[in-house]
Amino acid sequence: MSLDNEHLEYPKRRYGMDHDRYEWSILQERPSITWPSHKKLAIWINVCLEFFPLNQSGTPFPPSGGMTMPYPDLRHFSLRDYGNRVGIYRILKALDAINAKATFSINGQLTERAPYLMDILKERGDEIIAYGWNMDSIHHSGMSLDEEKALIERTIDKLSKYSNKNILGWLSPSRNESKYTPELLASAGLSYFCDWVNDDMPYLFHTDNGELWAMPLSNELDDAFIMMNNLHSEQSYLDQICDAADFLLNEAQTEGGRILALNIHPWMSGQPHRINKLEAVLHYIKTLPDVMFANGTDIVNIVSN
Amino acid sequence: MLEDLELYDYWPYHHRPKITWPNNARLAFWVAPNIEFYELDPPLNPSRKAWPQPYPATQGYSIRDYGNRVGHVRQMRILDKYGVRGSISLSTALCEHHPEIIQMCLEREWEFFSHGIYNTRYTYGMSETQEREMIDDAVNTIEKYTGRKPSGYLAPALSHSELTMDLFAEAGGIYTCDLFHDDQPTPVKVRSGKQFISIPYSLEMNDTIAYVVNKIEPRRYGQIIKENFDRLYQEGADSGTVMCIPTHNYQVSCPHRLKAFEEALDYITGHSDVWVTTGREIAEYFIANYYEISADDINSKQGTL
Repeated sequence: MSLDNEHLEYPKRRYGMDHDRYEWSILQERPSITWPSHKKLAIWINVCLEFFPLNQSGTPFPPSGGMTMPYPDLRHFSLRDYGNRVGIYRILKALDAINAKATFSINGQLTERAPYLMDILKERGDEIIAYGWNMDSIHHSGMSLDEEKALIERTIDKLSKYSNKNILGWLSPSRNESKYTPELLASAGLSYFCDWVNDDMPYLFHTDNGELWAMPLSNELDDAFIMMNNLHSEQSYLDQICDAADFLLNEAQTEGGRILALNIHPWMSGQPHRINKLEAVLHYIKTLPDVMFANGTDIVNIVSN
Repeated sequence: MLEDLELYDYWPYHHRPKITWPNNARLAFWVAPNIEFYELDPPLNPSRKAWPQPYPATQGYSIRDYGNRVGHVRQMRILDKYGVRGSISLSTALCEHHPEIIQMCLEREWEFFSHGIYNTRYTYGMSETQEREMIDDAVNTIEKYTGRKPSGYLAPALSHSELTMDLFAEAGGIYTCDLFHDDQPTPVKVRSGKQFISIPYSLEMNDTIAYVVNKIEPRRYGQIIKENFDRLYQEGADSGTVMCIPTHNYQVSCPHRLKAFEEALDYITGHSDVWVTTGREIAEYFIANYYEISADDINSKQGTL
């Protein structure tokens, strides 16, 4: 027995990428970006507001943070719901304490489940981006085009109605995509998405329906990735973000503007024993020289000029 | 399937012939950056899936691409600072995809060794003819783009066959990084009878094993590297040891991890009697000076039964 010959054939072995989604380019060889007022480091905080349904289908895979016990898994359901009831208010307070601007990525279904919270966010005026319908509505290639299109439209429609704003950004649940997701996002009028984690700066991503900005929302610095997936301590989370901020700020002295992107989950960092570490992170980065807070649209507007 | 491929004989880690590295160094130190290309849509090997998610595996693919777009230059600058020439474990298709990276490494006289064509093509299921074709392709590609055939091998994604060592030795190789049985170079038996050896490459110091499998915190990874060095340096006074840090630009070069890595390199290269070198130089020196005496010593320690 041996493998089929296709295993020794390499049809995409060529200059650049093995697909046509974006150009191959080395970050350090690109023209540098200058932030307004010669700031060096843009701090982009994205707060994830999520709904994990109890009757999780797990298609095409169970979402990280979702139900793991036999139905009804009230333990995980309610612990995630905690984020939208309790954790988020601690986080809003922490953001306000240092006057930080943020982006809120929101599952569309949450508009129906927590309209009070939507009102609060609307009143604050922070940027809201679409984050799929719920955490169990994972976009994947087994979905029909119509089904996926409907999911995207319903999510954007609900969020724009509740925020009274155009929705410009997107994050896919579990950052998973079908092979058509970027096309559908572009035709839905979005200008950026945050699923791909291959860069520290925004770059142009090609779709059949126009270009999207791929925004560098780090997964490696995500609070749940560090503390739930990697099981690192709260203190280590603080150390890691501070080390990242120092590194990027230093790199920005010679390489042009950089972005520190912090993805935050209220059900994780909004816990009483963790919030002080998030506060310490915010305090640390706020006191660094030449930093500015920016949301996703601010960054896209700057880099597209 | 065999119980043991019998690639090497038992060799106790005491009373071995004393190794002294060039300039009386007691420890040979090398860094092996894995510069890899993972395909977005590889053919499915019956023994191992490339990606856990259905196509397109946005997350897994894009973080690996981050290594080439963002991470490579970062790690290279730190290695330059501490006078370390990398020994690259190369997905050889990267010569075609990203020749800019190959050029930077050539300018620094780094070593290139073979890590297969793509890290999404596995050896499992290949016939002898197929594996030879794959190895020859990798060897010839490295020669074409760098001017010299590789001396070393690390099987793609650590996927082996029973014949991997035999075939690589027959393609002109002199060392393998695939075996983790020792802290010193050891002879490896190949069917051609050529002088072929294993060079310690260390899974334990490998950043991807540390960060992804063992989920070690970045600062602790730096500490572990220093402790690994301390003991090997101490033992190297009795007989020369080898320490390797295998790295991946999508792990070690993330902004929250470089500080710990840099501190570890600063510590190691700050010691006297450390030979900062490459895999090939270690292999050539061992074969020229210690291969025969080691083989004789191994033969004398097979017991009396």
